[in-house]
Amino acid sequence: MNIKGRIAPGNLGDRTFGFILRFFSWATIALFLGMLVFLAQLSWEAIQTYGPKFWAGTDWNPPMEEFGAAPFIVGTLASSLIAVLIAAPVSVGTAVFLREIAPRQLSSFVAFLVELLAAIPSVVYGLWGVFVLAPVMRDQVQPFLAEWFGPETYFASALGHLATAFIYPFSLIGNLFGVWQISLSELSVKMMAIAHGLFDGPPLGLGLLTSGVVLAIMIIPTVTALSREVLMTVPDSVREGALGLGATRWEMIRIALLRTARAGLVGSVILGLGRAIGETMAVTMVIGNRNVIPNSLFEPAQTMASVIANEYNESDGLHLSSLAFVGLSLFLIALFVNLFARLLVRYLERGRYA
Amino acid sequence: MALDVSPEFNQKTGMGNLDGQNLEVEQKQIALETQKLSAWFGDHHVVKEISLSVEKNDVFALIGPSGCGKSTFIRCLNRLHEEGEGARVSGDVLIQGIGKSGGRENIYRSGVDPVSVRRRIGMVFQKPNPFPGLSIFENVASGLRLAQVVRRSVLEEVVETSLKQAALWDEVKDKLKKPGTSLSGGQQQRLCIARALAVRPQILLMDEPTSALDPISTARIEELVMKLRGEVTVMIVTHNMQQAARISSQTAFFLMGELVEVGPTNRIFTKPKESKTEQYITGRFG
Repeated sequence: MNIKGRIAPGNLGDRTFGFILRFFSWATIALFLGMLVFLAQLSWEAIQTYGPKFWAGTDWNPPMEEFGAAPFIVGTLASSLIAVLIAAPVSVGTAVFLREIAPRQLSSFVAFLVELLAAIPSVVYGLWGVFVLAPVMRDQVQPFLAEWFGPETYFASALGHLATAFIYPFSLIGNLFGVWQISLSELSVKMMAIAHGLFDGPPLGLGLLTSGVVLAIMIIPTVTALSREVLMTVPDSVREGALGLGATRWEMIRIALLRTARAGLVGSVILGLGRAIGETMAVTMVIGNRNVIPNSLFEPAQTMASVIANEYNESDGLHLSSLAFVGLSLFLIALFVNLFARLLVRYLERGRYA
Repeated sequence: MALDVSPEFNQKTGMGNLDGQNLEVEQKQIALETQKLSAWFGDHHVVKEISLSVEKNDVFALIGPSGCGKSTFIRCLNRLHEEGEGARVSGDVLIQGIGKSGGRENIYRSGVDPVSVRRRIGMVFQKPNPFPGLSIFENVASGLRLAQVVRRSVLEEVVETSLKQAALWDEVKDKLKKPGTSLSGGQQQRLCIARALAVRPQILLMDEPTSALDPISTARIEELVMKLRGEVTVMIVTHNMQQAARISSQTAFFLMGELVEVGPTNRIFTKPKESKTEQYITGRFG
């Protein structure tokens, strides 16, 4: 399959062309490494001052020259997670609808619209978030969520128990190695506090939840378009195999379409996640910009991208260096997510084509 | 199970290909009968008022040049044709034992659920199409899972029997957890046959099952079909006339969507009544 043509040594045209191609390929790699070096250089002061403790530090206080990135890491991960939790089912569902259920003309028309949505600049989504979504969140959605899932609801208690049960085995391992000393009751109290605080507090409109929703709406077009492409690659013969076996339409979607396209669908969701992690403008506009780890999804927060956008303009010295360190960390997280996505897709696809 | 006839009965009745003069006609059961079956793709009339009947547990071959409507015809027999865009069917298909009473029922009667029809009629396609997301075991078990069979012991037993029936068991018994698509093309096709057989269909439709395979895999599948005679009614579409002659007892010749001639295979290949049949089997067109 992989035939590599050798560049004929004597032919000047071939040699020049080969040189140009090689130059551009290496230039990409150089650019990547150059960015890494530049960021490391700029953040050197902060790296020397804090080291890895930078990521655990919860205080970010420029006037006092105190810098810890934990609030932003939490903000980025939480808002992206909310975005993916909303966007993944919506996008995959839409893609299945477009592939399987909608008539062909409607399908291509809607697919076209979806791709148009992907072209809207993020600042426009931000404006919409501030002036349309935030009031709706404040007046309708958040009061509703607080009532059904807020403090002292069955949902919060159940979630707290579930989280305790899920994390307890890990805490045992932590105990074993002495890195994390916590008893079951302490763990339970902590988890309960988190669960009951999730939808607590005054509905402000601007905050973590709203930024997650805006991010979800921003990545839905991308993830939908990619998922649709992935589903289109499932051969009709596989679908017919399921139908011929007496599968209903839903069963066919499950065993022939989704199972076959599983790897690609996960890949498209993770590409969306990557976009959500790095998104800056829209998030900065709706997240509320508060440099503290939020206790509630209603509270204002700050992401790694938004803190850089907010503060780089009036920063210098250790502050600037710390911002660069946040940027470097974001770079690494994005890299890690991509790497993880590739490994996951490869794992899911193993042995698929022999 | 389709095995409600004694082996002796099959020996007497299943050999209509000897000379076409089987005297025990009245004992034969009809597994499937089509009455003026027509099919369209949009305005294109691809199957034109076909009426024919197929004996139970027999092997019935459909031959004819490309585009003659034979594939579309058998795709009408399990109501798969109608899934295509702009596809339409008219006429009746009567199948033995599909209805609740166990009598003959028209699968195109209004109110018949195509899904329930397809659960009773297996289909093997031109291109091997195992489900890529599923293991070998789960591929064979998929039809049972659709029928809500969940007992592990039952599944294991049926998967083993079906794979043995499809002559694939010895090759895959140590790697049932590997993906179905990790097998070779011929193995994949036998896997698809095992998948179809696992639900014990009364009728097995095969749409050019060997056209994508090499000669050795083809021979194995032909052997398999011959072994299935007497257990299940097989309708096989084939491009390969030698194949039809080798494995079927009845043959129908299709041309331009019409049924030109149908009869015992031996007679069709030795003394065709229609000149078009003769021209086709002697290779003058097609």
